[in-house]
Amino acid sequence: MRNYLLRRLFQAVFVLWAAYTVSFGVLYLLPGDPATIMAAGGGDASTVTREQTDALRHQYGLDQPLAQQYGTRLLHALHGDLGRSVQSGTPVTRLIAQALPTTLQLAAAALLVAVVLGGALALLASWTRSGPLRRLLLSLPAAGVSAPTFWVGLVLVQLLSFRWRVFPAFGDEGFDSLVLPSVTLALPGAALIAQVLARSLRTALAEPYIQTALAKGAGRARVLFGHALRNASIPALTLVGVMTGNVLAGAVVVETVFARAGIGRETAAAVTVQDIPVVQGVVVLGAVAFVLTTLAVDLIHPLLDPRITTTTDRTAVAA
Amino acid sequence: MTELSIPDAGTPRPGEDVQADPGAAASTAPAQEDAPSRTGRGVRSAGFWLRRPGLVASLLLLAAVLLAVFLPGLLASRDPLAAAPRDKLQAPSAGHPFGTDELGRDLFARVVHGSLLTLQATVLAVLVGLVVGSLAGLLAGYRGGVVDDALMRLTDVLLAIPGLLLSLALVTALGFGTVQVALAVGVTSVSTFARIMRAEVLKIGVSGYVEAARASGTRWPSVLLCHVLPNAAGPVLVYAAVDFGAVVLQVSSLSFLGYGAQPPAPEWGSLVSDGRNYLATAWWLTTLPGLVIAATVLAANRIARALDGEDTEETR
Repeated sequence: MRNYLLRRLFQAVFVLWAAYTVSFGVLYLLPGDPATIMAAGGGDASTVTREQTDALRHQYGLDQPLAQQYGTRLLHALHGDLGRSVQSGTPVTRLIAQALPTTLQLAAAALLVAVVLGGALALLASWTRSGPLRRLLLSLPAAGVSAPTFWVGLVLVQLLSFRWRVFPAFGDEGFDSLVLPSVTLALPGAALIAQVLARSLRTALAEPYIQTALAKGAGRARVLFGHALRNASIPALTLVGVMTGNVLAGAVVVETVFARAGIGRETAAAVTVQDIPVVQGVVVLGAVAFVLTTLAVDLIHPLLDPRITTTTDRTAVAA
Repeated sequence: MTELSIPDAGTPRPGEDVQADPGAAASTAPAQEDAPSRTGRGVRSAGFWLRRPGLVASLLLLAAVLLAVFLPGLLASRDPLAAAPRDKLQAPSAGHPFGTDELGRDLFARVVHGSLLTLQATVLAVLVGLVVGSLAGLLAGYRGGVVDDALMRLTDVLLAIPGLLLSLALVTALGFGTVQVALAVGVTSVSTFARIMRAEVLKIGVSGYVEAARASGTRWPSVLLCHVLPNAAGPVLVYAAVDFGAVVLQVSSLSFLGYGAQPPAPEWGSLVSDGRNYLATAWWLTTLPGLVIAATVLAANRIARALDGEDTEETR
């Protein structure tokens, strides 16, 4: 167990370092001069004077050789310093720390809705004896995956906020304002969970141990929830782990649609003014979310299925 | 018998027929299989299509989208940029099927003309993922060793960064515009293409004809291009179809956020975004362009599932 944790920790550190390096490569090495980009602030680059770019270049250390820049930045990042926002001058870590709580709320609510909605759909489709109903339920995820998130959000606002006035359209005050954004953010994930869970439930229900349970007199509910669900939930759980990063990314769109404060809004604003340090900070945050959730999921696996142990390589999901 | 005659919508199944008859060119094998069942095929395929109205509707919709891309004038006669302030914010009617926007521009014409930029970006993004990913996977699978390790660790890392965030970082560095958005989205699918291609290459690399080619002194680049690539291409091309719908969504998300084509050029995502200011009064401005995006993605995904062999599996 200890060896396993150590190895996973090493993998996690490697992924974070690599994500930092990739984002450094994307943002600082691609054609286009970072100093000019930042000085223009998303506007017309031709209005920027030479003095402005030179001052910025010096201030951000962009006049040093690349290897040295990378070394200094990485060293600072290791000490928890991801640089300062070009736009506001605030340290990126403080910017993220301020915006994170509202986004975490949204993401947690969205994950919960996705699991409940997707799980209910898959269970209902496995439970029902009516063929047409099952086919209808199983065709819903395809629609959920295909609808653009931003459009779903705007249609919900039109119907539930403007026409029926059930929920507030915008803002981030209180529970009511959390409902529409979290449902919007949850839909694609719910569709994926429903697809994966329905498929693995079908496989599980065909296993011999289901016959055994039925023969011993277990009811349909006991078989579905007690036997099949537990065994079928592992692929879905893995999916939830992978989804967390995408929920964070989806917050960029959803927070823009619902005008909520949070990491997503900060990111959208930072991209618009090409605020490179902030964008890099968010990319690293996305990798952190991915690493943490895959680690958590891998540690939960043995609890669900005792055959999976943390001492063999089988649990090493690509980190 | 049934299996043979069901049209598989053109999916190549290279692994199977080639391994059975390594020397033969892949194109001759299916022709021989088809010959005996050709008479029965017309009847069966009519039934095949009738039992799949969704697939037929998807193909028709995609045909309409292609028409909008290449001959927009045929579908919408109005000018997508011509403002007519007197007709502003009109609800959908016979004259304006999708209504008009705040400047009196015909929304249907804007959606039809917007399909060009959106689809261009989509095709370019899929091509970037397909070409770069295939090359990386080909190299990794065939060379093995350090090259393989390095390339595969790189794809692991690309998979660890959420796709949209990676796209946003690329857009920040490259700037705004349709081509930039296409590149930014394309990079996010490189790793999956690379993994699929690598798996295929590993499978094919050990087959007899590749060994024969190598033993007869062919250099490795031409072994790759002439023997491995053509036979590994099938699953990769199917994934390109699967990826298409998701890419339409990503491209329109970035366009919705305002990083795509700059106004007044219409793009599907930015059309939805433009309508946000009139949510309460003019529902059609956001709902209808968004519906077009959703329908296109749904159709693309349905066709991709057919190419992936879902329909042939069901009938077995």
